[in-house]
Amino acid sequence: MLILLLGIVFLHVAALVLLFVSTTVSAWTTGAARSSDLWHNCSTTNGEFHCEPASTGEWIQAVQALMILSIIFSVIALIVFFCQLFTLQKGGRFFLTGTFQIFASLFVMSGAVIYTVMSPKWVAPTETLGWAYILAWVAFPLALISGLIYVILRKRE
Amino acid sequence: RVLCWLTSVIQGRWSSELLWVSACEYLKLPQQSEAIVIYTGWERHALVGSDIRLSCSFFSWRWTSEDVTFSWSYRPDGARDSISIFHYTGGAPYVDNKGPFRDRLEFVGNPARRDGSILLKNLDYGDNGTFTCDAKNPPDIVGRASSVRLLVFEKVPIQAGVITGAIIGAVLGLLVLIVVIYYLMRFLVARRVFNLSVSKHGRKGKGKEGSQQRQVPALSIGDPSKLKAAASEKKKQESRKDKK
Repeated sequence: MLILLLGIVFLHVAALVLLFVSTTVSAWTTGAARSSDLWHNCSTTNGEFHCEPASTGEWIQAVQALMILSIIFSVIALIVFFCQLFTLQKGGRFFLTGTFQIFASLFVMSGAVIYTVMSPKWVAPTETLGWAYILAWVAFPLALISGLIYVILRKRE
Repeated sequence: RVLCWLTSVIQGRWSSELLWVSACEYLKLPQQSEAIVIYTGWERHALVGSDIRLSCSFFSWRWTSEDVTFSWSYRPDGARDSISIFHYTGGAPYVDNKGPFRDRLEFVGNPARRDGSILLKNLDYGDNGTFTCDAKNPPDIVGRASSVRLLVFEKVPIQAGVITGAIIGAVLGLLVLIVVIYYLMRFLVARRVFNLSVSKHGRKGKGKEGSQQRQVPALSIGDPSKLKAAASEKKKQESRKDKK
């Protein structure tokens, strides 16, 4: 039981860390002389480092909002989980925790999908999608699985 | 010089002659230049065809001198060199009459109030660039020129963070609303259950058939659900009677 508990908390925290890193790190799109994240579009031209704020596209703000929301929901889910751990009756399911976590996973999925569809308009098509983008995609199944486990799991103690 | 004369008049009454002469001598010396800080905006957005006022002001510790100068220069995006487009000196403004802002530039500042603003009219996409303002308030001449970047748009873009904030705020607001409605419903349901149980106890206390008959229609005036609840209770009571 304890191992299961630790495992699910670990899964949750891992998803949360992935979300956080992918939101903040400037590697959603990488290329030879440029890198961009959800906040800035930086490039090196003639040895000069130049950053452009992400105010030009409306959709990038939607991605920002979805990523932040997924982090917030995941954090709420973690807090609710610990609350339910102590207050839930024996045999009860962690429905509330699971709902929040599944919502978080849906948010990150929406954000990543929007980025996939819209990124050619923002960055040059020659550049490849970076590892922070991949992290966001990895965080989606992790969050979804942990959310489903929360729903399936019954409280034993 | 006026200041020096004034101090000499004031000081002459009390202090010795030697002292105020030395003070005045100090003031007559080539004055020390102090730092001057120049302010412009950071970035300005404008629509094509509109006018924009680029403001420039400065701070220095001295009074505004008559020799105050303002100069604006312009560097187009992608160009390496900047060209001078405006100069104010000796109380007269000199505007660009050959360069890119021919007939489109106007001085709207007030040098006496340390304002060296210019107005650019009928903006075009070619006006994208960096505008640098430099001001001198002799003898304060040591200062860094300040630059403002002008971006000309077809439509003004939405500020960064507005949509982000709107989406996050909407979702979190919805969440709070759901929680509030949930607790409100629970509160209302709890109160209704409480009321029903109270009325039940009341009936039990009276224990008479007549009072019951009177209470049921009074309840049924409300909503049908209450009527149902009342009816079901009536049934329960009847079944209890049967058991008895």
